Amino acid sequence: MARAVTPRRKIITTAVAWAIGLLIFFPIYWTILTSFKTEAQAINDPPLFFSFDWTLENYAVVQERSDYMRFLWNSVILAGGSTLIGILVAIPAAWSMAFVPSRRTKDILLWMLSTKMLPAVGVLYPISLIFVQFNLLDTRGGLIAVLMLINLPIIVWMLYTYFKEIPIDILEAARMDGANLREEILYILTPMAIPGIASTILLNFILAWNEAFWTLNLTAANSAPLTAFIASYSSPEGLFFAKLSAASTMAIAPILILGWFSQKQLVRGLTFGAVK
Amino acid sequence: MATQHSRSAARLMLAPAVVLLLGWMLVPLTLTLYLSFKKYLPLRGDSLQNGLEWVGFENYARFISSSAFWPSVQATLIIVGGVLLITVVLGVLLAILLDQPIWGQGIVRLFVIAPFFVMPTVSALVWKNMLMDPINGIFAHLWRFFGATPVSWLSDASVQSIILIVSWQWLPFATLILLTAIQSLDSEQLEAAEMDGASPLARFFYIVLPHLSRAITIVILIQTIFLLSIFAEIFVTTGGSFGTRTLTYLIFQRVVDSQNIGLGSAGGVYAIILANIVAIFLMRIVGKNLDR
Repeated sequence: MARAVTPRRKIITTAVAWAIGLLIFFPIYWTILTSFKTEAQAINDPPLFFSFDWTLENYAVVQERSDYMRFLWNSVILAGGSTLIGILVAIPAAWSMAFVPSRRTKDILLWMLSTKMLPAVGVLYPISLIFVQFNLLDTRGGLIAVLMLINLPIIVWMLYTYFKEIPIDILEAARMDGANLREEILYILTPMAIPGIASTILLNFILAWNEAFWTLNLTAANSAPLTAFIASYSSPEGLFFAKLSAASTMAIAPILILGWFSQKQLVRGLTFGAVK
Repeated sequence: MATQHSRSAARLMLAPAVVLLLGWMLVPLTLTLYLSFKKYLPLRGDSLQNGLEWVGFENYARFISSSAFWPSVQATLIIVGGVLLITVVLGVLLAILLDQPIWGQGIVRLFVIAPFFVMPTVSALVWKNMLMDPINGIFAHLWRFFGATPVSWLSDASVQSIILIVSWQWLPFATLILLTAIQSLDSEQLEAAEMDGASPLARFFYIVLPHLSRAITIVILIQTIFLLSIFAEIFVTTGGSFGTRTLTYLIFQRVVDSQNIGLGSAGGVYAIILANIVAIFLMRIVGKNLDR
């Protein structure tokens, strides 16, 4: 039963919640807004909220100056590729642990989790060394491998918690009806697992997209994704707020939209199933 | 019941993930350990091909005795502690607020969650320039509007600024997890307490907070692991100056800027040990959860 709430109280909590929500969202809102201003309007005092001449010029400048599309493409390839390979490796692993558990399953799961705790900076040099040795520096392939490996524990864990929720009774019922292993997997388990797999893909795509240690340290011109593209704006040069805003907006817009869809999975994925 | 056949099939399905992660863990770790016992300064002509001089624990001793070490530990503790304090306290309050019946709850939730999806380099640059710039930033406009002198945030209040930026990024995570936990609270229990005349404060401290304790622990542990290695936020704002050089950043500078690989590797081993201490606690909780 929901508790009865007086309208007056609801109005007050609504107002407070909206005020706080808007305050937290403000930096993003302000960035998006500024991206449509001219450089002079971007630093106007007092700040301009609506009364300015909306322009798309900054977006054109950003694209022209540093070929934004190439960075975007790299981000898509890196995040997409690492997620896809990670999923392909993780599905069988999570599947076997969820449906054919052994005495060691728990230890393996915890050990996988522990590899996620390895601080990146502790192994930065060895990894660069390996990259140099195998000519992987500034290649997409090398970075895809690294991003896949750092997110693999999360992928396995998420899938495991989803697969665990599939009732085993349903499998037994199917077997009674004469389904063989192939039919069992194809017609019964897969349809039930797809929502979980989709959520896992979504969350890990976001995590890989935003990863900013390896992508900054292992890329140069060729394979640099958006994280590195934005970092190139860290040394100021004259008036650049509007251009910075346009670049930032382009870097975060796609993932912000995906992120809003995946908020429920975020909890499960990042707490390794400990909070559902 | 699983048959022998399905057991060996299961082992085969598990193998690729285990082998990959084992390699990912052991190869770099072994190399880091190896290098941490060596004198390795590539800029002074040391190279792996010519063989490196074995120096025992000298790098470990030097890393700790360097004048930059303790300040970096201090900076790390202050930043991690500050962010944890802010995100947990505000996260609990926000979760309670968002759990109330309000109009447009879904939209408010989206607003609150949004910062988590902003990539670290973007949020650091947006805060550094658009908000904290001492001449043209929003804060400077605001300060002038009230007749105050604008603050040079990233040089005069650098540590606080980093804490603010990182807290903004992680508050959504804390809020979201605590909100999920709060929604599993039995509302009848709260109603019963209310009827018995428990004040809202008493209800919070005796029912809500104990219920959240596990979720809070998890938020603290997971955030600590991520916060110990924050990098981009410092890299694009202060570059480690003005007292914001954390342990992670110090190691990064030793390896990349001063190219002292042996010293940096010793630092890396310290960082790995530190992260593992936190990890053990987290794994205990998660492990317990697996048995249920």
